[in-house]
Amino acid sequence: MKKIQAIVRASKFEDVKDALSSKEINFFTFYEVKGYGHQKGESLSYRGTAYDMGYIPRIQLIIILSEPYVNSALEAIQKAAYTGENGDGLIMVSDVDNIINIRTGLKGSEAINK
Amino acid sequence: MNDNSIALENEILQKANEALSAAEHAQFLTNNLWILIATVLVFIMHLGFSCLEAGFVQKKNVTNILFKNAMIIAIGLLTYCICGFNLMYPGLNEGGWFGFSGFFLNPSPEDMTSAYGNYTYWSDFIFQGMFAATGATIVSGAVAERIKLNAFLIFATIFVAVIYPITGMWKWGLGWLDALGFYDFAGSTIVHSVGGWAALAGIILVGPRKGKYTKKGIRPITGHSMPLAAIGVFLLWFGWFGFNGGSVLSADPESVSLVFVTTSLGAAAGAIGSYLTSMLLFKNYDLPMVMNGILGGLVGITASADVITVSSSVIIGFIAGILIPLSVTFFDKLKLDDPVGATSVHLVCGIWGTIAVAIFGKFDEEGIGTLTDQLTGIFACGAFTFLFSFLIFFILKATIGLRVSDVEQEKGLDIEEHRLAAYN
Repeated sequence: MKKIQAIVRASKFEDVKDALSSKEINFFTFYEVKGYGHQKGESLSYRGTAYDMGYIPRIQLIIILSEPYVNSALEAIQKAAYTGENGDGLIMVSDVDNIINIRTGLKGSEAINK
Repeated sequence: MNDNSIALENEILQKANEALSAAEHAQFLTNNLWILIATVLVFIMHLGFSCLEAGFVQKKNVTNILFKNAMIIAIGLLTYCICGFNLMYPGLNEGGWFGFSGFFLNPSPEDMTSAYGNYTYWSDFIFQGMFAATGATIVSGAVAERIKLNAFLIFATIFVAVIYPITGMWKWGLGWLDALGFYDFAGSTIVHSVGGWAALAGIILVGPRKGKYTKKGIRPITGHSMPLAAIGVFLLWFGWFGFNGGSVLSADPESVSLVFVTTSLGAAAGAIGSYLTSMLLFKNYDLPMVMNGILGGLVGITASADVITVSSSVIIGFIAGILIPLSVTFFDKLKLDDPVGATSVHLVCGIWGTIAVAIFGKFDEEGIGTLTDQLTGIFACGAFTFLFSFLIFFILKATIGLRVSDVEQEKGLDIEEHRLAAYN
């Protein structure tokens, strides 16, 4: 089993979700995160003074999958989140030792049925 | 002439007198009612100021700014009852500098009739009392987010009880400025620039918010709610119909309706002036600037609303609108931190509106509202208020302190001063 952590542009989140859905991956956790890096934040202006927002709004998804599904998920995310500009984000893959489904008590890949 | 015709003539005369006094009574009723409606409109301006200031501060300081606004209307009305009203309208000191006709309200039965004015003593007091409290509200926005609550409340009390009534007496209490020919219809100077001068003294002594002026330049501290600020601006415009319309001090149909027109057109032109100037300067559709442009137009029109033509009101408002982005930038250059822009709106546009009387005002008599008169009024009220306010703030700073600690600024005044966040 693998954990996929993908940090994508907030504006690309819906596309990523649809792409995963087309691969029949319909469950994941996500949260809003802020990034700071090479790409500058949005340029803003308040009462005549221009300033940099200081961060870039992003969304981080966490998807737990068993091996056979991982490659298609990675492909789908990369394709959907791609713009070619600086700051498209990162996808990280790591091993997961075990999973327990709280309701059913099932363990391992049975717990996520994927 | 026989007895019958004399009796008939007497009867007609009596009927005519009755009709006349009934008409006079109806007029008195209407005037009095209008002043009371105007009072209610000025009252709602306090909600306008509250929303505007709440919207323009950070969300961690909203409880604090609302607390100040709630206290100001309370302190303002009470102190105006205790001494302010009788300091501002001593009623015996024509052409003088100072007068006082005793503590508390003590009207006689005649004060409730048309012999007193176009309205009763009670209407007079409550209308002027609502006005008085607006002056201190101007200060609260300018020093927001870093002033100690108690220091501010002490200042606001002294301001409404003493400072505002004294300069107010010079003009509206028939003091020396009135005798000179100085003209200020509803208070571009007497209310707004006086509030602005006090705000400026406070800003200088309390210092800028932490982190506003850095080595890298100005770091804007953005207001947390533009919708709240917009509600505030529209409520203030709404209330201004009473602020200016009530300052006619009667329900005179022509004058009140003209004032409604000039007041609204001034506000409208202020929005356009501010929009175009900020577009040129900052290449941006700057909402806070446009909102302050509306308020600047309103302040600018306030000194002259009843003595100008409609086209003049548009010019006055438009220039006030242009002044807003320029003066906001100017005060920022001087590192005078004003979270809501009160000094630009009330001080700068108040001065402009008072000068505009000399340029656009049309008077029946000679020698009223000349440039010399207007500048004398601006300077005298400005110098007195600024120095007096500076002294009070200085004493407060030396004793109980004016400024909250840096840590408290970072945590926010809501938690540190009130132990209550505005949004939970």
